[in-house]
Amino acid sequence: MRRAERSVTFESASRRGGALVRRGLLALLAVAFAGAASAQLNVVITRGIARPVPIAVVPLGWSGGAAPAYDIAGVVSADLKSSGRFAPLAPADMVSRPTQPAQVNFTDWRLLKVDYVVIGTLRETQPDQFETVFQLFDVLKGEQVLGYRFMSARVDLRPTAHKVADMIFQKLVGIPGVFSTQIAYVSEEKRPDGKSRFRLIVSDADGENAKIIADSPQPLLSPSWSPDGRRLAYASFEGDQEAVFVQTLRTGTRERVSARRGVNSSPSFSPDGRLLALTLSGDQGNLDIFTLDVATQVLRQLTTDAGIDTEAVWSPDSRTIYFNSDRSGGPQIYKVAAEPGGRAQRVTFEGVYNARPRVSPDGKQIAIVYGANNIYRIGIVDAASGNLQILTNGRLDESPSFAPNGAQIIYATKDNGRGVLASVTTDGKIQQEIASVAGDVREPVWGPYPLP
Amino acid sequence: MKIWLKVLLPVAAIALAACNKSGTVADSGSSTVANAPGSDAATTGSSGSTPITGSPLDSATQRALQTLVIYFDFDQAEIKPEFTAVVQAHGQRLAGNASLQVRLEGHTDERGSREYNIGLGERRAQSVRRALMLNGANASQITTVSYGEERPVATGSDEESWRLNRRVEIVYR
Repeated sequence: MRRAERSVTFESASRRGGALVRRGLLALLAVAFAGAASAQLNVVITRGIARPVPIAVVPLGWSGGAAPAYDIAGVVSADLKSSGRFAPLAPADMVSRPTQPAQVNFTDWRLLKVDYVVIGTLRETQPDQFETVFQLFDVLKGEQVLGYRFMSARVDLRPTAHKVADMIFQKLVGIPGVFSTQIAYVSEEKRPDGKSRFRLIVSDADGENAKIIADSPQPLLSPSWSPDGRRLAYASFEGDQEAVFVQTLRTGTRERVSARRGVNSSPSFSPDGRLLALTLSGDQGNLDIFTLDVATQVLRQLTTDAGIDTEAVWSPDSRTIYFNSDRSGGPQIYKVAAEPGGRAQRVTFEGVYNARPRVSPDGKQIAIVYGANNIYRIGIVDAASGNLQILTNGRLDESPSFAPNGAQIIYATKDNGRGVLASVTTDGKIQQEIASVAGDVREPVWGPYPLP
Repeated sequence: MKIWLKVLLPVAAIALAACNKSGTVADSGSSTVANAPGSDAATTGSSGSTPITGSPLDSATQRALQTLVIYFDFDQAEIKPEFTAVVQAHGQRLAGNASLQVRLEGHTDERGSREYNIGLGERRAQSVRRALMLNGANASQITTVSYGEERPVATGSDEESWRLNRRVEIVYR
């Protein structure tokens, strides 16, 4: 894998709270970490809020000799900045570097126009036992608002930094952070001989620690996380026939759960992780929604309509399945009871192309692909009222997936012909582009909160 | 595989044309010559009793059999009139040779959602399958697979690339 070199370049414009607007192409806005794994994805803010919160994350005090065991503050800064809601101060602009609360001079920080300061220490208390301590201060009020202490092994220092960022985010924004989560996505690398290599990749939400889960000369698509984050279901064309697999991430072992005649596609785990909603067509080519018990292989049919019924997903309470059907002429979102025998009800009535539904964690919103006049964009439909809100500009946006805090949607799009990922906050205000170091990337799915 | 088929099919077409007409001899030299209809030559055979009849090879059928890709309009799975002869020729060919098998691979352009496009590709493959069966092919001779938008032949995001990707490929096995 190629190693992408990342270096700190915080624009002074961001420090002054100006909106970061960078169109289209990859900018080299990245962060250097001690001992970082090769980064496969680069994040660029393409639309930000008018005044991201100015915050100073002071490099942690380190008493262990030469270089710190890890650049905790660097990871925290990068996480907060990547959310689009914060404008971290460059360390070079910090007048002082307090590591203890008594050393914090609020007057100095007010002069630098930061609203919050984060300080702390990192100590190796025993061989491979590290203590991370941090405090968060409200500069205007001149008081500490958060303090915490973590113990971890060296290999867990980066995850610890993400937890610190999550806690600061939750304290200041009011919703949980998702810096400790993972994403899965498909990458396609086109070789010089014209053939492609397809990979299913799992990485941290910031693109680090990318691991290849599956690698094939044939297309892979539709990854779906099990609710506990331990397994991925996906469709694969290996062996020249489409089949659905369920793979356990920790061991790499996998099971081929459906290779029936015809289409086997669009797998989606139920909230209890026992069932997969699935699209099967049989010999006659009529795509319908089924549920499959992964352990017992019991199959139940939920739709029988002659149209294309596909892209099924579960509501968080397990009772409803949302799916895409073109039974009324073009793709629209429908819902049906998760038990067989129910009648499907149409959910979307605006526009001629509503596809690829994904349900928000609270069950109240459905992210969709909305197509009109050759432009495909991500929208949100209110599950109760059916009201539609378009979030993105298109032209070829697809595959939306909610973050587990429901505040962000990751999706796929094209930039100058390259497949890239992007994300947008559910209020539409903050947009990011996430491009791969090499190859096209697509079909992102946001993983669950890590198990405690 | 496809280049090999381009060579094989004309030869097969000639053999097929020969087999369908009992008692006639196909002149392989006339395979590329289009004679006017109704200009069948008739001569007397050496025994003097049975006339030998010949007719020009149907180059239209041959062209149809050499066509292995059927194209579709956006969001459609209907076989356009310009491909009627193609499905007819392949269907009849399959009808005439029970040992022949085809795989119909359905594809779409890149627009819209991937899984819906798997469905659209399958719908196109099924459309060709039904047309082949209407022309005499047996269901057991045909399998279908849909790749949706996953295996494009053209990678641009423009009308021409999209047109080339909306297709069913006929693959003889």
